[in-house]
Amino acid sequence: MFEFLRTRLQQGKRTSPFPHGSAEFPARFRGLPVLDVGHCAEQQEIPSAVVTGARGERRAIDLGACLFSPEEAVCTPAGELSYTRDHRMATSSREGLVSASGEVALAQALNARMLSMFGRSLRLRSVVAGSCGGCEAELVALGNVVFDLARFGVQFVASPRHADGLVVTGAVSRNMRVALGKTYDAMPAPRIVIAVGACAITGGPFRGSEAVGDGLSVEWPVDLYVPGCPPHPLTMLDGLLRLLNRLPPERQPVAPAPSELPGPEALAQGYP
Amino acid sequence: MESIEAYRETVVNAVAGGQRLVALFGTPEDADRTRLLAILANDERGELGATSTFVRDRYPSLTPECPAAHSFEREIAEQCAILPEGHPWMKPLRRHLPDHRASGRCEVVLDPDVYEFFRVEGEEVHEVAVGPVHASVIEPGHFRFQVHGEQVLFLEIMLGYQHRGVEHLLETVNPARAMLVAESIAGDTVIGHAGAHCGAIEALARSRKTPHAQGIRGIALELERMANHVGDLGALSGDVAFQPAAAFFGRMRGECLNLLMTLSGNRYGRGLVRPGGVLFDLPLTMRSEMRGRLERLRDELEPVAALLFDNASVQARLEGVGTVSRAQCVEFGFVGPVARACEVARDVRQDHPYGIFRFAHIPVTTAWAGDVHARTLVRWHEVRRSLAFALEQLAALPAGAPRVSCGALRPNELVVSMEEGWRGEVAHVVITDDRGEIRRHKVIDPSFHNWSAVSLALPGNQISDFPLCNKSFNLSYAGHDL
Ligand code: SF4
Repeated sequence: MFEFLRTRLQQGKRTSPFPHGSAEFPARFRGLPVLDVGHCAEQQEIPSAVVTGARGERRAIDLGACLFSPEEAVCTPAGELSYTRDHRMATSSREGLVSASGEVALAQALNARMLSMFGRSLRLRSVVAGSCGGCEAELVALGNVVFDLARFGVQFVASPRHADGLVVTGAVSRNMRVALGKTYDAMPAPRIVIAVGACAITGGPFRGSEAVGDGLSVEWPVDLYVPGCPPHPLTMLDGLLRLLNRLPPERQPVAPAPSELPGPEALAQGYP
Repeated sequence: MESIEAYRETVVNAVAGGQRLVALFGTPEDADRTRLLAILANDERGELGATSTFVRDRYPSLTPECPAAHSFEREIAEQCAILPEGHPWMKPLRRHLPDHRASGRCEVVLDPDVYEFFRVEGEEVHEVAVGPVHASVIEPGHFRFQVHGEQVLFLEIMLGYQHRGVEHLLETVNPARAMLVAESIAGDTVIGHAGAHCGAIEALARSRKTPHAQGIRGIALELERMANHVGDLGALSGDVAFQPAAAFFGRMRGECLNLLMTLSGNRYGRGLVRPGGVLFDLPLTMRSEMRGRLERLRDELEPVAALLFDNASVQARLEGVGTVSRAQCVEFGFVGPVARACEVARDVRQDHPYGIFRFAHIPVTTAWAGDVHARTLVRWHEVRRSLAFALEQLAALPAGAPRVSCGALRPNELVVSMEEGWRGEVAHVVITDDRGEIRRHKVIDPSFHNWSAVSLALPGNQISDFPLCNKSFNLSYAGHDL
């Protein structure tokens, strides 16, 4: 017993200060990407899934397609794409993820009726449908003592019939299509759907493969899009709390710091 | 090139003589022929060998004489539409249409929509079906138990729900995107798969990374191992309702991931490992910061592990459950901690040393009982040894460039690249064509070898012990399904 108490004391209290305190990220953390139009010194024709639109057209960043790799931060004909350390990027609509320079339309609260039902208690059912396992690992991390999802009244449940919302990860593989549809149908209305990760939004790194679809929104209505590969647990938490209108009002907004990218020598080596 | 008879004999005799099947797969050769390739490892001598033969639509199966070929041959039937005649369990493996079939053929050997489960008949026997949607946040798989009372008689596992067409993508997309696909084969083994992928590319391009880059990759690989082992120690504690250790380990897993994020900008190490070395350097200030955090982590881990391993009621729950025997391990070719927990000291870092592991050795941890307890113990000791290794490397990282250039790939070559990921041997086999383009990219995640171990470990146990048992293996569905 004494050993338990001593270990408990040594471990201390570890819950993240978020959402009341600030969220800290290391210098290299790649959060919200931004496009600096016209800033790029040498303009290379580098194809990027993130920056859409051909030369001469109006360019846009699609956060739903971003895999947050260092290589995606490049000079494109549209300008220079870089990352910030801003973890907030979940949106309520697919269009909200697409913008001219990276200012996303952050998720809106559910309507009053839904809020009165789910605002203080939301039960979620997870369906994994053609993922790499990375997004689920972060969903599981949401339950640890640091992020402690349960303190907001959000809980994962075992049965779709007990769930208010569906969290989908993965690129909707052919072999999970039926199970995903059945799970959705088994949930009582009203229900919400949350797409977590690049795979669930656009197919992610597997986009174009015959074995998967192009993400969830093609067939199912989605209420919350959480971009990332995988999204940081705080990105998920931020999105959920926005949806539930549980985020404290923001203090003076500070411009997020840019994330530190690899040295040019390392990036320049490229691929064979 | 051998005749099919000679090929069979080579493989069967090698495995009977103690060698291990690393890979067995097909690659289309022309309109109607497919080349079958076997990669064999002699772990004692640190050698790899390859043998191959041509087949058309069928050949005599190896599995009756060489059980380690079981899943590989189902994969060949499914990917290449070739029938291994006499295979005792010819059912779909991932349930998809052939994607590596000789160009002139159009047959399908295994219909992806037809799958018959094995059934035990008898009055008091009942069947329990679980998945693909599970009770908590887990990857999809289907488990079919034949149960008598509480006792499991037979467990059949049907996978393929996570099939994303990874090999086909790796063979067709551009190299920069292929790198991101390789990092997404199994999301908890990013460094392991990226390392094996880059190892193959570097060998084909004759690119030599600096010892500096090798050191950084080694540190990242061991941090990945620690994160996963520590997380599973927590999950196992949770499965036996030992909450304090579950909470503490869960939090400390996060600290391992955060160390990877400090280094690479991503909690799973994405963006770090690239052909020719690493993208991110490890400056001196970061090294000392990481050392400090690792030392603190070590001091916090030890007492929690003591809570777990000194508690008699926890030990009683782990011992004698889900046993894999040494003989089964040798026969089926299991790898990683599953093998090491039944006294089979297999470890790529020791048997086929590569990169930093040629200069700095991590002692191999083994246990003998082969049960949940043995696997838990092996994983805890691996955490300690990986942590000590990372501390050592951070103090002694040689100077050098993080990344060197990686030129064009050599034409018509075959490369086998292996890493000891946290689950065991991660192998990538890459074959180039006469223009130096990648023609075949075979990926073998350790889970591919080890899923049969779960089916073998369950019979005779209570069905209620399944979650605990399964967690002690914690195999990847994504890594298996590709
Ligand atoms: S979005 Fe990235 S991390 Fe999530 S499942 Fe897809 S590949 Fe894995």
